[in-house]
Amino acid sequence: MKCGVVVFPGSNCDHDCFHILKHVFKLDTEWIWHKGDVDLSQFDLIVLPGGYSYGDYLRAGAIAQFSSIMKEVVRFANSGRMVLGICNGFQVLLEAGLLPGALIQNHTQKFICKTVTVRVENIFTPFSSEYIKKTVLAIPIAHHQGSYFIGPDGLSKLIDNQLVVFRYCGPEGEVTDLYNPNGSVDNIAGIVSENKNVMGLMPHPERCADPAWSNLDGQLIFKSAIKSLESGALL
Amino acid sequence: MKNNNSIEITPDLVRQHGLTLEEFSRIEDLLGREPNFTELGIFSVMWSEHCSYKSSRYYLRKLPTTGPRVLQGPGENAGVVDIGDGVAVVFKIESHNHPSFIEPRQGAATGVGGILRDIFTMGARPIALMNSLRFGAPDHLRTRFLVNGVVEGISNYGNCTGVPTVGGEIYFDPCYNGNILVNVFCLGLIPSDKIFLGNASGVGNPVIYFGSKTGRDGIHGASMASSEFDESSEEKRPTVQVGDPFAEKLLIEACLELMKEDWVVGIQDMGAAGLTCSTFEMAGRAGTGIDLELSKVPTREAGMTPYETLLSESQERMLVVIRKGMEEEALALFDKWDLDAAIVGEVTDTPMVRIFEQGTLVVNLPVELVVDGALDLKRPTKKPKYLAKVDHVSLDSISELESPGEVLKKLLSSPNIAKKHWVYEQFDHMVRLNTLGLPGSDAAVLRVKGSKKALALSVDCNSRYCYLNPFYGAQIAVAECVRNITCSGGEAIGLTNCLNFGNPENPEIMWQFEQAVSGMGEACKFFDIPVVSGNVSLYNETLGEAIYPTPTVAVVGLLEDRSFHTTQWFKEDESLIGLIGITLEEFGASEYLRVVHDRVEGQPPHLDLRLAQSVNKLCLELIQKNVLASAHDCSEGGLAVAIAESCMSHPLKAKGATINIDSTIRNDALLFSESQSRILISFLAKDRLAIEEMAETMKVPFAVMGKVGGDSLVVNINGKEFVREDISCLKQLWSGALEAYVG
Repeated sequence: MKCGVVVFPGSNCDHDCFHILKHVFKLDTEWIWHKGDVDLSQFDLIVLPGGYSYGDYLRAGAIAQFSSIMKEVVRFANSGRMVLGICNGFQVLLEAGLLPGALIQNHTQKFICKTVTVRVENIFTPFSSEYIKKTVLAIPIAHHQGSYFIGPDGLSKLIDNQLVVFRYCGPEGEVTDLYNPNGSVDNIAGIVSENKNVMGLMPHPERCADPAWSNLDGQLIFKSAIKSLESGALL
Repeated sequence: MKNNNSIEITPDLVRQHGLTLEEFSRIEDLLGREPNFTELGIFSVMWSEHCSYKSSRYYLRKLPTTGPRVLQGPGENAGVVDIGDGVAVVFKIESHNHPSFIEPRQGAATGVGGILRDIFTMGARPIALMNSLRFGAPDHLRTRFLVNGVVEGISNYGNCTGVPTVGGEIYFDPCYNGNILVNVFCLGLIPSDKIFLGNASGVGNPVIYFGSKTGRDGIHGASMASSEFDESSEEKRPTVQVGDPFAEKLLIEACLELMKEDWVVGIQDMGAAGLTCSTFEMAGRAGTGIDLELSKVPTREAGMTPYETLLSESQERMLVVIRKGMEEEALALFDKWDLDAAIVGEVTDTPMVRIFEQGTLVVNLPVELVVDGALDLKRPTKKPKYLAKVDHVSLDSISELESPGEVLKKLLSSPNIAKKHWVYEQFDHMVRLNTLGLPGSDAAVLRVKGSKKALALSVDCNSRYCYLNPFYGAQIAVAECVRNITCSGGEAIGLTNCLNFGNPENPEIMWQFEQAVSGMGEACKFFDIPVVSGNVSLYNETLGEAIYPTPTVAVVGLLEDRSFHTTQWFKEDESLIGLIGITLEEFGASEYLRVVHDRVEGQPPHLDLRLAQSVNKLCLELIQKNVLASAHDCSEGGLAVAIAESCMSHPLKAKGATINIDSTIRNDALLFSESQSRILISFLAKDRLAIEEMAETMKVPFAVMGKVGGDSLVVNINGKEFVREDISCLKQLWSGALEAYVG
């Protein structure tokens, strides 16, 4: 099983994702440079990490979608292979059209870095199968453009097809405005594609997956992905 | 490009360049001729206070700079301290005060950019940023604008480059109404045998420029930062540079990749005084010369004169000397990272910098004269007159408290004491997965990947203390920073300072400077902590009104085992609370005196360095024996505030506490005096005897004074209830106060 971490110029959580995959989960993991045409067929899981791809001076992820590696990632995803986008990676997935909706400025108009609580909404995805439904996770966020937006039709589609994987919530799992850190529609923190092989989320599971910390709530995202790949359940 | 060296040099022009006529004749004498216009510009920046340290150099020699761990002391881009096992830390703190006042967002952002470059220029991977911020009165008209701008600038730049901002401090005082302080610290990790220096050695080696293009921004930034502000300071906005954190991120990665190669000879960033400073300094350190061709420099716009190209302070630019023959490899690497790069010159064996424009010689100056020629001034000093009025306070003149609970609430709501999450939640403080100790405890703690070790970082200065007694104020800054490190489980191994003062031409300011540096030097010698880097920022003064002397220090501590990491908050109900150290009736310079009695008077609390050291030693031994649940430094607001903070700062759930003290001193002193060398600890009841015995053996004052638990903070003195406040109510006040002022 082989993982690839894409490095855009301006990616800055690439080392963290690499560290968790390679040193915590001991997976065969490689960097994938944004330029040139890499053959992605050798990989089983592609991670788009957080950061400020190409500086993100326009909309976050807006430039990255045109990079040569993203053409390959789109092809990879459309062939049913697994792609995980975290923070800026989520933004890139939206801009590239692999997931629906958009991420806009936090309603606070400020960058927010803190640990928040999210509820696991759907465990029938290859990225969340190891969780127990409705579990409340403590997981850090760190973003300026993390307010998920989607129109009413799109939202119905997400809900009807059970594509919402994580929602911001209170410590007891209460999904209310009070516990919505950035103004996301319906408290949405993470979603999957219709085929469930592409997931994007704003919180950083890689920041709570290293045993040097007591909080390991993010680990099961990676474990779920590993298990799904090992069992071939996805395909 | 137009050469303007035909411009006639007049006394007026010399003065406009910030040089005195005495300095100008020194230039003429040593050069043996009159400098041309471009050369005058070069002297203007290189001999400015900012670059030459001409007023401070003499006094800075009093600071201890060596030690067994020191691999690089002051004089390079940053200091380097060995932490063992082949790894070293590179760190420095630097000011960006003047530009941040004029244009807070860009001023603060480029401050971060500058300090980051100082660190990765040495070959280190930057892993942590901190800042020390000082603003005017919270209700001053400009404060909110400045705070928001500065915080946003740091947030935007630091977050984008992927270096976490893990700690810092923020203070408000009317003395900063006209001059805010933005001091930024950065620390990086480096293999201890792969330190890169800014040396242009090897005659014939090519000099390569890389990074962003050169534009017309920031010309004379260094000179701007070397003079007072007046009514026209707003007009200096064009001297503030504009930062591009994305370009910086590319530079970090490109440099670290470049420095894996053995053909990199020397490297330096272009900071203050831009291309000029890096060219002269690199040649100066190596005892060589450099020939530079300006038409090769990548520029943002056409028609820039040599004067502009040389003095531009455009950001995110580097100069590197590589081994001859490796040009293609170097340029290919910069191309990979989409960075502009060009071979702009070569190293020569004559100690001259010769600068050409399309082959025409426009500057021809001896390196040493430019780099080291500025006068080493020993400016006159005089004890300030104001001290006679304010440096004492009579206890009798302070009325006893009627409602200590109300006072505690008032102190917790003071923006200097209030919780700072409004600031640090705007900074990514977790990226890179090293931050074990998040902001909100005494020191930030970072693990060192690949080892059991961790680093503790703290930045501190109480400038009110320094205003009332700069010597002891500076000592206290060092002692408190070391105590913060101790409380977090570390041992101090190195220090960097940022000395912020008013106009050095005023003998009273120079006296403050001399006193503060002497005090700091003594404290560092006593604690055996080398000062390995630093920065001096003078002329923090507007229309004759200077800031309080603010000698900010940042201390780096080492935890041999990251499991020693200790936090300030109470953990478990029924744990016991104790105080290491003693409380005296010391109100001078306290937050209590200012907030409650509106007075800035008296002497700062007495600092007994020996006691400070033994208190730290006891605390550290207890931590290493694994008997402490929490340790917290008592500082602004005294014991009452320290206890409240230990109750409130738990990230998940606040704890109550009941304190019972028998005392013979005034109750308000007991609660709010800022006596030094005190650490508030909590521990399990079963460890009480062991702790008491150890304190006894080490002859350190120690008293058990209460218990964790309940929903309130209760303080009984001599059997009588003195404070009873609901913890959630205190926490609400403490958590909301800062945002209420500046949000």
